[in-house]
Formats: sequence, C-alpha cells, structure tokens
Amino acid sequence: MAEAVAFYGLTAVALGASLMVVLSRNMVHAAVSLIPVLLAIAGYYVLLGAEFLAAIQILIYAGAITVLILFVILLTEGATGLRVRPRNEQVPLGAITCLVLAALLIAVLTRTPWPQTRSSLPEYNPGAVGESFLTAYVLPFEAMSLLIVACLVGAIVVARREE
Amino acid sequence: MAEVIRIVLSVVIVFTFVAVGVALFLVLMERKVSAWVQARIGPRHVGPYGALQTVADLLKLLQKEHILPAGADRLMFAAAPVVVAVAALLSYVVLPWGPGVIVRDLGVGVLYFTSVLSLEVVGILTAGWASNNKYALLGGLRSAAQMVSYELPLGFSILTVATITGTLSTVRMVEAQPYPWYTYPSVIVAGLVFLVAATAESNRIPFDLPEAESELVAGYFSEYSPLRFALFQLGEYGSLFATSALFVTLFLGGWRGPFELPLVGPVVDGIFWFLLKTYAVVFFFMWVRWTYPRFRIDQLLNVSWKLLLPVSLANLLLAGLLIAGSG
Amino acid sequence: MREVPLDWAYVAAFALLGSLLAALPFVVVWLLAPRSQYPQKRLTYESGVIPFGSAWAQFHVRYYLYGLVFLLFDIEVIFIYPWTVVLRQLGPLAFVEMLIFIVVLAVGLMYAWRKGALEWA
Repeated sequence: MAEAVAFYGLTAVALGASLMVVLSRNMVHAAVSLIPVLLAIAGYYVLLGAEFLAAIQILIYAGAITVLILFVILLTEGATGLRVRPRNEQVPLGAITCLVLAALLIAVLTRTPWPQTRSSLPEYNPGAVGESFLTAYVLPFEAMSLLIVACLVGAIVVARREE
Repeated sequence: MAEVIRIVLSVVIVFTFVAVGVALFLVLMERKVSAWVQARIGPRHVGPYGALQTVADLLKLLQKEHILPAGADRLMFAAAPVVVAVAALLSYVVLPWGPGVIVRDLGVGVLYFTSVLSLEVVGILTAGWASNNKYALLGGLRSAAQMVSYELPLGFSILTVATITGTLSTVRMVEAQPYPWYTYPSVIVAGLVFLVAATAESNRIPFDLPEAESELVAGYFSEYSPLRFALFQLGEYGSLFATSALFVTLFLGGWRGPFELPLVGPVVDGIFWFLLKTYAVVFFFMWVRWTYPRFRIDQLLNVSWKLLLPVSLANLLLAGLLIAGSG
Repeated sequence: MREVPLDWAYVAAFALLGSLLAALPFVVVWLLAPRSQYPQKRLTYESGVIPFGSAWAQFHVRYYLYGLVFLLFDIEVIFIYPWTVVLRQLGPLAFVEMLIFIVVLAVGLMYAWRKGALEWA
C-alpha cells in the first residue's frame, strides 16, 4: 500500500518535472527541472531495494551532472536569454524523428522479457556490487578507467581549442 | 501507524535541534568567538551575557518585508534557500548521537552523507543565478567551483576510514574504531585533509571566496532579505555542524568518551560526549575563520587539485595496502 | 515494510516535512511584515550605482573544465565505495585491481595538470 503510494507519487513528480524540462523556454529552468526527475528515479531504485544505486544517483546525477549542465549553460549564451531559440524549428523532421524513436522504444519495451526478481537483490548492496566488479566483471571495470580518461582528454582538447 | 508517528517525531525533533541548538546557538557563538579573537566584548545587552541576541535577531527578521530584486527569477529565487536548508537537514539522518541514538542507520551511511551535501551546490548556484545581481552570480559560480573541487579530497578521506573499518555505516564506523585510533598514520593524514576540505565545503575563511564581503558584498545571498537569508544561515550552520559531527564520528571516536559519566546511563553519556566533541570541532572552525586571511581563487583551487587530491588518493591506497595485506 | 524502503521513507520525510517546516515561518512574515514596493527598492545592489544591463552574462570555459574533471573523479569515487567494504574479504587481488584503476586515472589527472586544465588563468 505505502509502496504503491510512493510509486505513483514518484511517477507524478518524474513526469511533471520531465514536461518542465522539455517545455520550458528558459534553459536554466529546464536544467534545474532535471533535478526532481533524477531524484524521483533515485526513489524508484529505493523501492526496488537498490539503495547503493539510489545514493550514487543522487551524488552523480543530481549533485554533479546538473552542476556541470548549469556551468555549460552559463558559459554559452543560453543564460543571457538573448538571441536564443530554445525550440527547434524543423517541425516535420523533428516529428518524424520523435515517432521513429517512440516506435523503437515501445517495441523494445514490449518485446523484452523483463525478469521479475525483485526479492533476489542482496540485502547489503555495496558489498555485492564490489564483489561482482572485482571478480566476475573485472575487465569492464578496468576498461571503465580508460573510458573516463578518454572523456577527460577529449574535453580538454575541445575546450583548449576554443581559446 | 506507530512508524508514521516515529517518522514525523524524528523530523520535528531534528529540525528543532538544527534551528535552536545549531543555527541560533552557532550564530551567537560565532559572534562571541570573533569578539574573543579580536579582543572585543561581543553581544551583551539582550539577555544574560547577550545570550538571547540571536533570538531577538530572529524576531526582527520575522517582521521584515520580503524584497524580490528587479528582474529576478521569482520561483527559483524562492526555492534556492529552501534547497540549501533541506540539504543540510537531510545529512542529519545518519549522524550517530549515541549508542542506538540515530534517526536511521543507512547501509550506505557516509555515501548518503556526501550525496545530500552535494545537493547544496545546486541550491547555491541557482540562488546566485536567480538574483539577477552580478556579485551574486559570481559568488554562486565560485562557490560551485570550490565546493565540487573540495568534495573529492573530502570523499577520499572518508573512504580511507571506510577502508580501515570495512563499512559505510556511521554507527559501525564508531564501533570499529580501536583505541588508540590515532596511531594509524593514514587516519591522521585523512583527518587533516578532512579538516581542510570541510572548511572549504562550508565556504568559510580562509576559503570564503564565494561570500568575500570585501569584494562580492555577500556573494550568492547578497539580494536575499529577512527570512530567506535566515534559511541560508540555517543551511550554512546546519552543514557546518553536520560536517563537524561527521569528523567526530570518523576520527574522534564518535559518542565514546575518555570516561563514563556517573549515574546517567550509556545513552545520555554518549550524547554528552558526542555534542561536546562536535561543538569543540565547530569552535576550531570558528577560531580558524577569525584568525586567517583569505586565499586567492587560483591558490584555493591549487590547494585542492594539486595538493589535497594527490595526497588523499595516495593515503587511501596506503590504507588499502595495509588492509589487503592483513586480511 | 522492508528495511531499505523504510530507511528511505525517513529520508523522504526529512526532505518533504523539512521543506514544510522551513517554509512555515513565511506565514508569520506574510502576516506581520509591511508591504510597500516601489521600483527603487527592487533595484539590485551594484556598489551604489544603478545596475548596468543584466547580470546574466556569459562565463569562462574554465568553470566547465573544473566541473568535468570533478565529475570524472566523482565516478572514480563511486567505484571505491564498494571496494572499501569488500577489500578485507577479497584481499591483495582486489587491491591490485583498484591500483590499476586508480593509476590509469592518475595518468589522466597528470595529463589535465600538464595541459593546464587545472590552472585558473
């Protein structure tokens, strides 16, 4: 009962705030509206018993990525509100893209056999996560560090070229 | 139903403590400490030794008019102080006040603590942007750059303690601290890094560039009038107290004291020592604030990225080596 | 109720009820405070002169660089959290695996340092 209330509450927040993100004509408003969406998703993780994932969702997405997005908006002209067209004017092309994407997502959603294993999540998340990436998935884990360094190098090259 | 009552009660109790025991008391304490450092007397007219000064200030703030700056963003201007205050309040969920005295002992304890404190950055950044004031925006941006830079060394020093104790729960971290805790070299280095990074996280001198009154007026809250200003104070002192309490939890043995108080039982004894140590750490932060000058922004960022980050990372690996070797 | 959702029900209550309690004194202000607004009062503070233009200006790219380097190291941090709790149990092998991970990222940090991404200028 309580979990159903929580689920529908989170869904209302996530959908409402997502609409704000898409429909707002002010880029800073759109970026800040992302925060309730991301926090609501952390709430979903909690309902699934994935506490560790919920905490890193707050730390990385709500606390770090939104700050980065705000920095990006503030360094472009977006924050000044001048000479900015927050909406795409390619209506036909945009509509086609949206429809194709929606069809693709619906097809994936309906055809994937979603496993119903809510109760099998280990009680203590961080230990289980640590064990799996340090034993079974050690190669992807090490590859992750290379990916992060690649992001870093790419960003520095792009940012420095502008000067 | 009983659970709902417990939830509501715990929120009300913690909120009251943060408002009275932290915000009102610490502002008074700050004024008294600054007076002591500068050989002044400080507030003394309202109540005995000026003890009711901040209560009087609050009553005054309640009667003052809200001013929305011209061209400000109404909704975000109003929301930002609430976000900052609530982010600070959320961190109190995992503070262990005494044996068994904690709101909830989350499995991801210290990770949760750093997560909710990182939300404060968002509130400060939007406050600066929404004010339509150049000083406020500059202060908000500086603050965000500073807080994200110091989150990393802070995180690494928390992780060092987590490595040695093998847990993320704040309660079990206190229980796992063997005496004498201070003989671990990694713990000492982590503690020192934590102190420096925590000063920067709470935007205090020598890391107070976001508010730097002599250059930015008051930084991101320049345009804020009565009660919203009070909420920023609540958030600022609330997180100062919470970080000090986390320092006590991680490095100073939490609720355990050097001896047991007679007659009062373990719970009161624990709360006593925990509060005593935390207020002592808060005093340390205030003492530093009124003693040292301010860094330049490039110096400030260099301290974090070129000194604290490599040192705390190496320190963490050293602690890991120790544990992996012994385990 | 299971343990983890109950833990976070407290967190949610702190967020929602906390905002409510923080907003409560605004009712008192609404009842007591005077209201008189005129254009001069709402001017923002700019060292005593009339504010020039809008405050919403473009900012320097260096903020973005700090933000990005921070985000990437934050991702590193979230991998270390689970590592700390299983290190004792998994022993030296887990240590070496994390050492490789951190050394690769340290090389990234050195690159950022050498390229001047960590300079304010």
